[in-house]
Amino acid sequence: MNIVVLLKQTPDTESVIRIADDGQSIVTDDLKWIINPYDEFAVEAALRLKEKHGGTVTIVSYGPQRVVESIRTAMAMGADKGVLIDDPALEGADSLGVSRALAAAVKELEPDIVLCGSRAVDYDQAQRGPMVAEWLEWPHLGLAVALDSDGSTVTIERPIEGGKVTLEAELPALVTMGGSHAVWNPRYASLPGIMKAKKKPLEVKTLADLGLDPAECGEEAAKIRIVSLEMPPERQAGRIIDDGLDTEGKAAELVRALHEEAKVI
Amino acid sequence: MADCVFVVAEFRGGDFRRVSYEVASEGRKIADALGVSLYGIAVGSGVTDKASQLGFYGVDKVFVADDPALESYVAETYVPVIASIIEQADPAAVLLAASVDGKDLSARLAARLEAGLAQDCTEVVCEDGALKAKRPIFAGKCLAWCEWAEDALPMISCRPNVMDCRDADATREAEVEAVAVEIPEARSRATGLELDTSGKVELTEAEIIVSGGRGMKASENFSILEELATELGAAVGASRAAVDAGWRPHSDQVGQTGKVVNPNLYIAVGISGAIQHLAGMGSSKYIVAVNKDPEAPIFTKADYGVVEDLFKFVPAFTEEVRKMKSTC
Ligand SMILES: Cc1cc2nc3c(=O)[nH]c(=O)nc-3n(C[C@H](O)[C@H](O)[C@H](O)COP(=O)(O)OP(=O)(O)OC[C@H]3O[C@@H](n4cnc5c(N)ncnc54)[C@H](O)[C@@H]3O)c2cc1C
Repeated sequence: MNIVVLLKQTPDTESVIRIADDGQSIVTDDLKWIINPYDEFAVEAALRLKEKHGGTVTIVSYGPQRVVESIRTAMAMGADKGVLIDDPALEGADSLGVSRALAAAVKELEPDIVLCGSRAVDYDQAQRGPMVAEWLEWPHLGLAVALDSDGSTVTIERPIEGGKVTLEAELPALVTMGGSHAVWNPRYASLPGIMKAKKKPLEVKTLADLGLDPAECGEEAAKIRIVSLEMPPERQAGRIIDDGLDTEGKAAELVRALHEEAKVI
Repeated sequence: MADCVFVVAEFRGGDFRRVSYEVASEGRKIADALGVSLYGIAVGSGVTDKASQLGFYGVDKVFVADDPALESYVAETYVPVIASIIEQADPAAVLLAASVDGKDLSARLAARLEAGLAQDCTEVVCEDGALKAKRPIFAGKCLAWCEWAEDALPMISCRPNVMDCRDADATREAEVEAVAVEIPEARSRATGLELDTSGKVELTEAEIIVSGGRGMKASENFSILEELATELGAAVGASRAAVDAGWRPHSDQVGQTGKVVNPNLYIAVGISGAIQHLAGMGSSKYIVAVNKDPEAPIFTKADYGVVEDLFKFVPAFTEEVRKMKSTC
């Protein structure tokens, strides 16, 4: 099975986010970078498919050279090769533009299945997967919390509000990953894995290499852009309910406060 | 000149979902600001009978695609049906729900229509005929204002539970127009739909959430939170620690890699307040923390804090809630 995983590098979830002087972007100097957790789930699911069906797992990513480290991490987990689209023209691109570039890279690989996170923990766009599938004219199934394939079809379980749906698609198809660490339990890179990863093939491509014109997927093609960032209102520590009360007294006082002051119960 | 704003409604289990009324209300606001009509799109099986009710929330006219094959949301079938309706008009904007299906649909539809999509928005404003939308990024650690290019079709998905919902005006039925549904041959399908009929409140749409963390110590101890939740009509959530321990299903996880929630009241029990957890619940209107450690970071974000052993405090609190409810 020829499997592709779309991977985005994101700031560590521990990161404190600060707005840069331009008012439109975040300060990135002191950030630690990780594989977007949902894409890491996709790497894990891809490796399980490979274990079942054989084949290769190719990581397709975009961004500057720092992304190489995340691709190598995925390789250390067991992925076989990587493609990085590194082109300054993609800076300022919107999801349409980025997904066009990713789709072009995927097309060259002719995979049976593409897996990627349902969203990235940085800009929370939740757009990339369905858009890539649209450009490829493939079916896509979203938010998998269970995934299986017999080699010609893929089946997923998708949680929806108040229930769940089972979905099935004929391959080739794209699946976006939902769930959490507890569901996918992504494996750690082993030491031999880390050694091997260094020698695995990694291609760097520009938009021109993919036959794309920056005018159709770069900043000038963007339909939407961020014009300003703001911090959410800072939460203040409120009141500790104590007043020397015993447990029951505190419980009663909390009920009173929520009912009479906050008016939320 | 654009002649309308579209809102895409979500139909499940025989009725529209509440978030669709929020989307319709927001759509009405924008349509009024732009001086255009508000059109609805209702897709599903058996949706025709309910369609006119979108009018109660401000929709002028509803285009209905009613077909048994549209029972469950599948991107490959929904997207072409909805796109073909939108393409008949010249909309100034398309609004959808940022629900599970809505987010998935929005993304693929945006590619199909080559529209600019602002996903999961919490505010939309119209300034001199131009739209601007605000959306949380980094799970709410920061907020981004987005604008569209001049030639772009703005698509906006609205976060559930955030936008104001109009009071239903039952005298205001919408005109309904059935569209001939042509469902393209699809390579994907829904093979099973299981709806939970227990009446459990969905986390992302709950007004009150009671969440438990590692301090709960064991799966069975969550029964005290369930009891409290029943008294309050609340949903039960969890920290990642509680989910990783196998005490709660993954669908209960609140945080940066779980659900982002925005209830009126969030009660964090035995949760320390890690940055990834705070990212998921920091926009709650009121936060209550119950923790035996007075230094727990959650107290710096809580409107009301109680430093107590949760196993003693929670049952006492439930009892007081019960008393209050019986006297109200
Ligand atoms: C990539 C990544 C993604 C993550 N995503 C998420 C996420 O989405 N959501 C999330 O929640 N976390 C997430 N985390 C994990 C996060 O960093 C914390 O580890 C986690 O939130 C801790 O959960 P907790 O507060 O329940 O446990 P702890 O931090 O162990 O806190 C338990 C608390 O319970 C209190 N306590 C114990 N016993 C009692 C008692 N008897 N009475 C009262 N209080 C008691 C303790 O004082 C303590 O404060 C993520 C981490 C990573 C690395």
